[in-house]
This record gives sequence, C-alpha cells and structure tokens, in this order.
Amino acid sequence: MTDSKHKDLSKRPSMNKQPPVKRVRNFNEVALGLTQEQAVKEAERCLQCKDPKCIKGCPVEINIPLFIKFIKERKFNQAIEVIKERDNIPAITGRVCPQETQCEIVCILKKLGEPIAIGALERYVSDYELKTKIQKISKLKKKEIGKKIAVIGSGPAGLTAAGDLSKLGYKVTIFEALHEPGGVLTYGIPEFRMPKGIVRSEVEYIKRLGVEIKTNMIIGKILTIKDLFNLGYDAIFIGSGAGSPHFLGINGENLIGVYSANEFLTRVNLMKAYLFPKYHTPIKIGKNTIVIGGGNVAMDAARTSLRLGSDVFVIYRRTEKEMPARTEEIYNAKEEGVKLRILTSPVKIFGDEKGRVKSLECIKMKLGQPDETGRKRPIEIPGSNFSMDCDTVIIAIGQAPNPLISNSTKGLKTDDKGYLIVDKNGRTSIKGVWAAGDIVPDSGTVIEAMGRARKAVIDINKCLSQTRPTIKN
Amino acid sequence: MHIILDKKELAPNVKMLKVSAPLVARKSKPGQFIVIRISEKGERIPLTIVEKDDKIGSLAIIFQEVGRTTKELGELRKGDHILDLVGPLGKPSEFRKVGTAVIIGGGIGIGEAYPEAKAHKAIGNRVISIIGARSREFLILENEMASISDEIYITTDDGTKGHHGFVTDILEELINKKIKIDLVFAVGPPIMMKAVSEITEPHRIKTLVSLNPIMVDATGMCGGCRVNIGGENKFACVDGPTFDGHKVDFELLIKRLNTYIAEEKISCKMH
Repeated sequence: MTDSKHKDLSKRPSMNKQPPVKRVRNFNEVALGLTQEQAVKEAERCLQCKDPKCIKGCPVEINIPLFIKFIKERKFNQAIEVIKERDNIPAITGRVCPQETQCEIVCILKKLGEPIAIGALERYVSDYELKTKIQKISKLKKKEIGKKIAVIGSGPAGLTAAGDLSKLGYKVTIFEALHEPGGVLTYGIPEFRMPKGIVRSEVEYIKRLGVEIKTNMIIGKILTIKDLFNLGYDAIFIGSGAGSPHFLGINGENLIGVYSANEFLTRVNLMKAYLFPKYHTPIKIGKNTIVIGGGNVAMDAARTSLRLGSDVFVIYRRTEKEMPARTEEIYNAKEEGVKLRILTSPVKIFGDEKGRVKSLECIKMKLGQPDETGRKRPIEIPGSNFSMDCDTVIIAIGQAPNPLISNSTKGLKTDDKGYLIVDKNGRTSIKGVWAAGDIVPDSGTVIEAMGRARKAVIDINKCLSQTRPTIKN
Repeated sequence: MHIILDKKELAPNVKMLKVSAPLVARKSKPGQFIVIRISEKGERIPLTIVEKDDKIGSLAIIFQEVGRTTKELGELRKGDHILDLVGPLGKPSEFRKVGTAVIIGGGIGIGEAYPEAKAHKAIGNRVISIIGARSREFLILENEMASISDEIYITTDDGTKGHHGFVTDILEELINKKIKIDLVFAVGPPIMMKAVSEITEPHRIKTLVSLNPIMVDATGMCGGCRVNIGGENKFACVDGPTFDGHKVDFELLIKRLNTYIAEEKISCKMH
C-alpha cells in the first residue's frame, strides 16, 4: 500500500471520456469511468477523516470513507455492500448525482486542491458489480411481515422507496404509467449519459429484492388511491414525478418543429427515435436547432440534437454562471460543439406556409438586481431584437407536477403550483399516503429525491409497525 | 400482455379487434381511449374504445390501416397478444338529458360516434345519427348505429349509398327544417369536424368534437398533442379528447397532424 504522506494529495484522476469528435456521432456513454488502477489510486488519496463531512453532504448518508477504504483494499464487493446499505441504485447515482455540490464540496482535500472523486468511485464499484454479475441481494433483507405497500412511479424516488420497503419485509408493488420502468432515467436522461442497460440492471436488482413492477398502470385512471386501499394496501407512496411541460406562451409555439424537451427526449430515449426507422417512432430534426433553457434537461436536449446531426444553439436569458445545469454538463456540451447564446430570451417563433418553424426572434437581456431566488433578474434591452434561423426549437424551461393523481384523489392537498403538500417525513394530507420526488415541492436532485424517499420509508415503517396506526393527518 | 379475442374486417383496411383488458374495461367510460404498443420497437398509438364488455373484460377498438403500426396491428390474429395496452385515457364524455342530440360520424370516426350515440340514447335523449363515408364499402357500424338511433342518415361521397354528398349537407338540412337540435357531437376527419362546427356556430348549437392529434405518452407528460382551444393551449390526452368545436383551431390541428408525413412514408416502406 502506498503511504499517502509521500503522495501528491491535490490531484484526482480525470474521468475517461469518449473524445468529442467521436462521441457526437454516437449515442454511447460519454463518461467511460475509471480503470481499476485509477480507482484504487484515488481511494488511496482519501484521508479517512475521523469526522467525515462527506457523509453529511450525501442526502442518503452513504458511509463514503468506508466504501473508499474497501476500494483501497481492493475489496470491491464489500465496497458495494456499504453503498447499498443506503443507496439501492448506485450505478445510477454514481452517474447523475451532482457530487460537486454535495459530498465532494465538503471534502477536506478540496482545500488542498481537488476533492476525492467520490462519484467516480461510486460508479466504479457499482459498474464492477454489474460487470461481474454478482449483484447480491442485501443481507439486510428482513423476513416478510405480511403488509402490502403500493409505490406509484418507478423513477429514482419510487425505486428507492420500493427497495428499502422490501428490505424491511414489506410486500411492495410498483405501479408504472409507461411501458418501461425507470421514470426520468428512462424517458428523460439520454443514453449517452444514462445507459438504459444500466437502468435495467438496477431495476432488476430492485425486483430481486422482491418488488413487483406493474407497467402500463396509470394511477388516477385505471386505479385510484382509494381503489389501492380497497385492494388491501396498507400504505401508499407516491413518486409519480413531474411531467407536465411548461411552454413559453409566445407566438408560434405550436408550429411544426417546436417540441417540449419532454416530448423530444421521450421520443428519443423511451421510444428510441434516434434509431428510426428501425424503431418506429419518428423525430423531426432539422439542420439548425435552438434549445431554450439552461438546465440539465436543456443540455441533454442540445447534445441529443447534435448527435442527430443538427447544429445547436442553447439560448439562456441569464449568464452561464446562473445556468442551473451541472458545470460538467455545460462543459461537455460546449466541448461537443453546442453553442451558447447567453443573455438572450425568445420573443416569437416564425413559420413557413406549411406551418414549419423558420426562425426565432430573440431579444438581448442584461442582469439586474437579484430576485427572490437570489439569482440576478434578467431585464430586456429595448430594441435589441434579432432573428435566428432554425428549423427545430426545443423548449426546456421546466415542468409542473402531473395532476393525474391529485385530480382523482379527494382530500389530497396540493400547493398553488400543484405539488403535493407533505411534511418533513413525506406524509401527505391523506392518512396512509406518503410522497417524494418531483411530485413534491423543491425536490432537488435525483439523490435528494431519494433522500426524501428514505425518510418517508422510515416513517411508513414506524407507522405500520405500531399495532394501532396513529398517523396524523 | 393482452390477448386478441376476436377480429373482424369491417371495410377494406378497416378492422375491429376485441382485446382482453379486464381492468381497463371495468374503468372505461364512453369518450375515453387507450394507447397500445405492439412490438418492442413499436410506436405508441392512441385508439378510441368503441365498446366494452365488463363480463368478458374486453374492449373493442376500430382502426384503419394507414401507417406502419396500424398495418402491423391489422396483421395480428385472434389469439395473438398486444404487448402494451394502457388506459382508460382522456376525460370521459359527459352525458346529460338535453333533448335531441345529433351524432355525426365520418369514416373511421363512426366507431367513435357509436359509444356516444349509445350513451345519449341510454340517458333518454333523442338521437339523430348522421354517418358518412367515402363510398358504400367504407361505411361501418351501420346496423349498430341504426339500432340506437331514433333517426339515421347515411351519406357517401360518391353516392353509392344514401345521400350523395357529405354529412354536413344533412346537418344543414335538419337545421333548415327548423328541427330543434340541443347538441351536436362530431367525430371524423378534422376537416369534417371543422365544417360541422362552422355550420352550427351561427345557430348557437352546442357542438362537441373529439380530436385526434399525435400523441406519445398520452399522460400529459410530453405536450405533443397540444391543441389550441379558444386561444389557449390544451393537451388533448388529459384535457380532452373532446372539446367545444366552436373554439378549436382546426387549421393548426390539421397542420400538426402532417408533422411526420415524410417519416411515415419511410416507415411504411420498411413494413
């Protein structure tokens, strides 16, 4: 073992990636992960702090120093066991967690230079497990206790809740609206960032924990919350996600070639339109695409459009600094050739006589005083309008919660935006019903949604363990 | 997986399938639809629920073989399975006792007009049906419609059966005869629904139309099916599919329905 004292502690390995010129021509994963040597070397850099800050930085509180210690000792199977005590889907979180703002930001080594590459290490061991096909059913799984729980949605929140509840001995059924499980991991995040084979493997693990997944079941339509209770479910966890796309409300938004990011990504990811006509769902992509928005979804849409052969501009009304996308995603997008037009806001979309998109009129913005979110408010510069030619416009300005469940459930309280109102344990206004993920306000990242789902699981278990449930409304 | 219990050819390239889907059948109401996907590589397509049978737990769907997916669906046989079937989707139609309801179905739309007419009859409305097709051989569900209508009119574009002309000719005739019409429900090609709405608007006859935009998930997630209703965008999959015909921007609907014409051709060649 290398003595860490004689090592340069300031540097971490950079993630191996497909080179930009190559990767824009395929949909394969961009980040290739660390090699075993890189992973072990990086693990050796960990100081094994007595009071590790990283654990607190992790929304699901993975024992990060311990799993890193096992990597250093090349005990990869033990490393994965440690992660899986807290995180059922590490191959997913290892890829999409914004570690730079969570566990890595508090790493002591950051003061010396670069923090430990916790995300890359998590990914390394989970990929190791998937590759060696030794995905073990956690030893923590308790014997069945004869109570049934319905989980609505099979995205990050639903999979987490289902896996944890199953480990506790509950009989869990997931109801998924689409034909494939995975939620946003399947329909939203592209193959080159979240390979669907990885999602399937993680879903398989959840199933092997004893969870049953029923696809094509839209709760609120085929069954209501009330029906589920009548079917004998003792508790219900709602993780149905966001999923009602926002539009801009500008002229020309319904022209042919204007997509919500949700539609664009669903066609490409869930329906595999990038393989059209081998897969039957088409996608309309032109030579010049403009993506409106500055979040991860905007980056995903932009990079997908590039791969489909289009030139791509992303327009955003603030500056790059205010963009909500992960720094790494913006970097990747730019490296691949996505062009950013900051301080630019859309005004009107123009079309031809057949109703196809022709151009986008924009206006220049400047930054004013910070608004209620703390970000500087963008202000239009009068008379600065200009036009950009385009044949595809993708609107990626966020989404609202899907109202299918709240509309069909009497007494399920929502806020003015339609999010389910929950307490700190995820309890909704209906006794026996919990919620987490994008259906509740301020759900944050994938891992934060998972953190909230875990809290709900603890509360569900507490309530159902009592002989007389005392769930307060 | 949903087994096909029965299959009938109603007209050239128009088929009816009876599919086992007990849960969906139990919950479905007239006006609602399902989405199906028939193969791993297949598209998701919406289809109206024409009839349901609670006892058998089955749904009937009618479709015209126009694209790759409907052609493949048409090739399935009794005993085959449909890979994915999800529903019931959309808002159920509302039925109230209003007096006289004129139910108009054009082409394949007759399949969707049928459950509406049946429900109006059941609630005690006088049902006048107008059904039309290109030609006699494309006229579907004539007997079924007749059995639940107080009056029925048939039109064909080429005059091979019934009135030589369009369903709108009959509607205008009824209005000119001063027959009191309390409600019109029309379903068929968008151009027909547009014409119907234009005729009834000056007479202030409440007119409902069932729209058929392109859909993907059909759960309100993608917004691909957005239609403009009275200046406001609505999602046909969750806010519809039935809307006030006087408020629908049909031009937009028709344009958006043509989005993938070029891709459809490529896809059909692959079939």
